Amino acid sequence: MSTRNLFFLSTILSLPLAVSMFGIELPGGAYTMAILATAVQFGCGWRFLMGAWHAFLNRAANMDTLVAVGTLTAYLYSVYALGSGKAMYFEISALLITFILLGSWLEDLTKGRASKAIEKLLGLQAKDATVIRNGHAVQVPVEQITVGEIIMVKPGEKVALDGEVVEGSSSVNESMVTGESLPVEKQPGDTVIGATINQTGTFKFRTTKVGQDTLLAQIVELVSRAQASRAPIQKFADTVSGFFVPVVLILAILTFDIWYLLLGASVTTALLYAVAVVVIACPCALGLATPTALMVGTGRGAKMGILIKSGEVLESARDIKYIMFDKTGTLTNGKPVVTDIVGDDHGKIIQTAASLEAASEHPLATAILEQAKTEKLPVQPVTQFEAVSGRGITGKVDGRPSLIGNRTLIEDHQIEIPYSAEMSKLEAEGKTVMIVAEARQVLGLIAVQDQPKANAPAVIAELKAMGLEPAMITGDNERSARAVAKQLGIKKVVAEVMPGEKAGEVTAFRTRGKVAFVGDGVNDAPALAGADLGIAMGSGTDIAIEAGGIVLVKNDLADVVHALKLSRKTFGRIKLNLFWAVIYNLAGIPLAAGALSSFGFTLNPAIAGLAMALSSVSVVTSSLLLSRSKI
Amino acid sequence: MNQLIVGLGSLGLIGLIVWWFFGKPKSTITNAETTATGQMVRITVSGGYMPNRIQLKRGVPAKLIFTRQDTSSCFDEVVLPDFGIKTKLPVGQAFEVTVDPAKPGNFKYSCGMNMFHGEIIVK
Repeated sequence: MSTRNLFFLSTILSLPLAVSMFGIELPGGAYTMAILATAVQFGCGWRFLMGAWHAFLNRAANMDTLVAVGTLTAYLYSVYALGSGKAMYFEISALLITFILLGSWLEDLTKGRASKAIEKLLGLQAKDATVIRNGHAVQVPVEQITVGEIIMVKPGEKVALDGEVVEGSSSVNESMVTGESLPVEKQPGDTVIGATINQTGTFKFRTTKVGQDTLLAQIVELVSRAQASRAPIQKFADTVSGFFVPVVLILAILTFDIWYLLLGASVTTALLYAVAVVVIACPCALGLATPTALMVGTGRGAKMGILIKSGEVLESARDIKYIMFDKTGTLTNGKPVVTDIVGDDHGKIIQTAASLEAASEHPLATAILEQAKTEKLPVQPVTQFEAVSGRGITGKVDGRPSLIGNRTLIEDHQIEIPYSAEMSKLEAEGKTVMIVAEARQVLGLIAVQDQPKANAPAVIAELKAMGLEPAMITGDNERSARAVAKQLGIKKVVAEVMPGEKAGEVTAFRTRGKVAFVGDGVNDAPALAGADLGIAMGSGTDIAIEAGGIVLVKNDLADVVHALKLSRKTFGRIKLNLFWAVIYNLAGIPLAAGALSSFGFTLNPAIAGLAMALSSVSVVTSSLLLSRSKI
Repeated sequence: MNQLIVGLGSLGLIGLIVWWFFGKPKSTITNAETTATGQMVRITVSGGYMPNRIQLKRGVPAKLIFTRQDTSSCFDEVVLPDFGIKTKLPVGQAFEVTVDPAKPGNFKYSCGMNMFHGEIIVK
């Protein structure tokens, strides 16, 4: 029978006994009471007796041991009293079982809600998809689809697997997987994520990941692992729970002895205090404090696209002093753009520069070509092209001798530079400035910069408000690194670091205090692993399972703040739960033992049992409230 | 006289509790059986995990087959944190948990509330 049904049955059987507490005599008197209490004790409470017995045979004790010992003591004493004409307490054993069943039922309900995250994620998976095979659209179960197949998605349909759009365009709701609230536009070449929902148009995509490799499967795996993990703070509860029940049993015996032997109370009074001690103690509250909060915290994170990998990570996040960002692609967009053009004829400057850069593979060339494309300026033919290492490019654009490069290149060609002041100003802003010249005359300057993400200053300000000191690490030269850092409000800068040296720099920084490192999960894996807390920003459908303690599914800097807040709140909730569980037991046991009886305060064992049942429910409820707290 | 009997009885009971629960001898180690696909151990869940100390060969896929006989809610779940596994155990059925013993070491597993423990030794 389910716990719920057992509770209702137990309630029906116990109600007449409860009524008898108010002096109303039941038909059949004490014998009716004994029959009802026996039915509750050995019918509804059988599971506790068996649980306790199995544990006992294994020389172990658990919650069932306390329930069985407490209720059996009250029940057996009442049977003895029935035969000897003394006061009986059948209602106590029956009500105790009823209350504990109520607690178990409520606990099951709340625990079920706390562990819903993984089920919800698994439920997102599409069952089948329209696959184009031999030119025909066929409906295929998702597990039979392989990498490289073309899938058609109509408006309102789920994107079945991860892939790349090959035809058509649409906007896709990715919120259920990445936490991104706005629909994401998809064009040929863009990646799509399985389990997201197509909104407006029809498109086709080629599958790139199936089965356990999809982003959703990786998220499920990561969240499952996190929920199975343990937080170091739990160690205390684990140690206590090892000897909790036997110690409570000993305390109950001592309570009986103190009342009966030292204070001269009757056997009945001493026994009632001892029973109250047994049934008020609750090891479950201690045992549930950490895993339920961890479950709710990691589940909420998964919903927001924040994957916290373990309980240990939560503890690391609590006392971080420095938060170090990799600059390129994390604080900045990772793509240089033309920010300034200085000179009389902007069109000519860009066109000449783009023509020279068209054959170049330099990263800055892309920015200039992109600008020319935006301004609809066609690239002109270039002859006598020459890339001068570390300086720039020379060549003939449409037959005219032209060049683009740094100050050294222009000086090498003994051309006068007219825009010195503007150049210095742009360089001071951390921009890379290129001079464009034609026929020994400088046409103008082009400044290029990998610009900070729009929300970067706000994110940095919020992190500072949280008491963290932001820092930036980059391969850029000191001057341009400092210029970007200044725009963002970052004071600590580690510049001119080669990619392979990042991890070493992070480790060195740890001598000042605990460091969280934020970078992309692929290139920054060693630095993420070297920090006290690694936060890997995701890109597309690859999440760095191995790198970092926290993985952000979407590439949004604001999630760094959310991740740290969620980690701190979850850890705070674990501490609160543990504190409550410890205080409850520390205060409850002396109270049940009659420590305040001289002030007229005593606890009926049935009420002590209700308190015990509700204490574990309150811990789970406290964890559930984490899903509503403001992040 | 009654008081003396109660006092001595209490002391005896306390002694029994201490001996029974804290004087438990360390259980013996059970080796996994070799199967065609790897290795396998059957674990009965009844008032604890029996056997509760099992030894697996490193690098050989292992199946832990839990048969839960105990309806106590303590055993609703089994958690193997080092293997990233937390799963519900149905009552009265053989439930298979697959682990990958890639690293050598001693790994604890427990019930959902960490009251009952077992140990996996990978060698």
